[in-house]
Amino acid sequence: MPISKEAKLVKDVLDLKSLEQKPTRDGYGLGLVQAADENPNVVALCADLIESTRTESFAKKYPDRFVEMGVAEQNMASVAAGLSAVGKIPYITSYAMFSPGRNWEQLRTTVCYNNRNVKIIGSHAGVSVGPDGATHQAIEDIAITRPIANMKVFAPCDVWEGQKVAYEISKIDGPCYVRYAREKTPVFTTENTPFEIGKAQVFFEEKGRLDVAIIACGPLLHNALLAAGELEKEGFGVRVLNSVSIKPIDEQAIIEAAAGAGAVVTVEEHQIAGGMGSAVAEVLAKNHPVPIEFVGVQNRFGESGSPNELVEHFGMGVISIKEAVRKVTNRKY
Amino acid sequence: MSLHEEKIKYLEEMAARIRYDTIESVINAGSGHIAGPLDMADIFTAMYFHILRHDPKNPDLPERDRLILSNGHICPVQYAAMAHAGYFPVEELKTLRKFGTRLQGHPHRSALPGIETTSGPLGSGLSQAVGMAIGLKMDAAKNQALPAGRQVYCLMSDGEQECGQTWEAAMLAGKLKLDNLTGIIDRNNIQIDGMTEDIMPLEPLKAKYEAFNWHVLEINGHDFHEIVNAVETAHAIYEKPVVIIAHTIAGKGVDFMEFQYPWHSKAFKPEEAKEALSQLRTLQGKIKSEHE
Repeated sequence: MPISKEAKLVKDVLDLKSLEQKPTRDGYGLGLVQAADENPNVVALCADLIESTRTESFAKKYPDRFVEMGVAEQNMASVAAGLSAVGKIPYITSYAMFSPGRNWEQLRTTVCYNNRNVKIIGSHAGVSVGPDGATHQAIEDIAITRPIANMKVFAPCDVWEGQKVAYEISKIDGPCYVRYAREKTPVFTTENTPFEIGKAQVFFEEKGRLDVAIIACGPLLHNALLAAGELEKEGFGVRVLNSVSIKPIDEQAIIEAAAGAGAVVTVEEHQIAGGMGSAVAEVLAKNHPVPIEFVGVQNRFGESGSPNELVEHFGMGVISIKEAVRKVTNRKY
Repeated sequence: MSLHEEKIKYLEEMAARIRYDTIESVINAGSGHIAGPLDMADIFTAMYFHILRHDPKNPDLPERDRLILSNGHICPVQYAAMAHAGYFPVEELKTLRKFGTRLQGHPHRSALPGIETTSGPLGSGLSQAVGMAIGLKMDAAKNQALPAGRQVYCLMSDGEQECGQTWEAAMLAGKLKLDNLTGIIDRNNIQIDGMTEDIMPLEPLKAKYEAFNWHVLEINGHDFHEIVNAVETAHAIYEKPVVIIAHTIAGKGVDFMEFQYPWHSKAFKPEEAKEALSQLRTLQGKIKSEHE
């Protein structure tokens, strides 16, 4: 099995039924408390969503370091900028649709241009929000945060990685955006899976001939692994990279993968315009152009439905990833 | 903190110098805002030369008060006041809005020490001031050794009272009873497109803030006694944030600009520039300059 040993993933990572299921947002709640236990300057703000964004355990443990903002995401962004100005490390939480969605200009000017040490936590990103429908499914959040100078952007793939990102960003200075998801998704990394800001880990590696590199982020990374497992049986040599760190992005790992495989598929639960795939394309267009297929939402809005139904409907399921791989390998120079 | 007559005379002379340097720097830049900087010159003078606990030679002094300028477009008057207070050479005012300058067209924190926050897009200063006030209160609650009563002042325009975010911030400050926060509104009644009450009526402004659980004071923003007394009163109010509505005359100090909304921001014709500087130099003819 070409699962990378260095990634220290769970046993039987491709046996979906055996895997525990938890939402990545649970990892945020854990990582926030872990950071707060260590650093008394960590504070948290939430816009009337403490339970569903998993800010609740922090708010209960550290009531003096928690500010309930009410439904006021623009105020929340700039209040956090002010808190950072006097030495605090504010984590601000809402649904990604509202933060960084509704409060984009406040994040740009008062947080990023000021280079304030604010951590923006966007829960409920992607169509997998499900029944709430398109108004609450943020599928543009990477595209709007990535171009802002000073901002770093992350999309953790499961609850463990969600915790690591939430904790690690407390140790670096400057604004960070982390997107989390509502739905329970497979827990396939472990406490020991390496995470480093700016690094993409190889999760699946065919040791022989390499035909395609799949670069994925967020919970869909598990779909990418399932697709890779099936493709391997069909004779494809596949490498799967976890691009959790979207900005800074691991240029070297992406260039090496493209050079080795000659074709790339990107996978993300986001519009294909401006997202992680676009970031990969920017790197490759400049350094090592190869054919790329983009798996993601294709210039549409989401809708109500069950999370899995929607992921399939919008073309981000295992079958769609395999199709993208066939298509891109046929396009090779 | 109260004022004796000698100090008032000093502040009035300083305000006159600051008005002159403000307009000279805008003329020199070829663009920039005019009416607001002129009408806030007295308040900026009072802040930097009497009210603020600060050290121009050590802008990051931990025990300093914080002055947040929310309506960043009036920064030429802040720059002039800061220069005279000793933050940087007065000569540097000539670089306003030019390439490579520390005096950006809208103030930028990383560019110039002593600027507490970047501003320009209206309506976000009060939120940042609220954040600072919350953070300072958290520190004070934890550590009695910290200097007590570090104050946060937020200077706002009346036009930006039209921004929803201003009221989100006001609501939070009222909820948290931020008595270390004082807002000062430049009530000059003008904005870019006309008079505020025509564009988007703000009145009753006092009642609005009172409804958000603030204590409200109203003053003549050109009277140093009233400015300083109001800030002293604000310090004495507990369990509520205070807003001072400072009634000012847009374009104060130049007769053809006073009360005129087109002078919010406008390029000077050469003869207008000469006349404006002459009026500011002579306090509208009240004093004879040695040059005339």
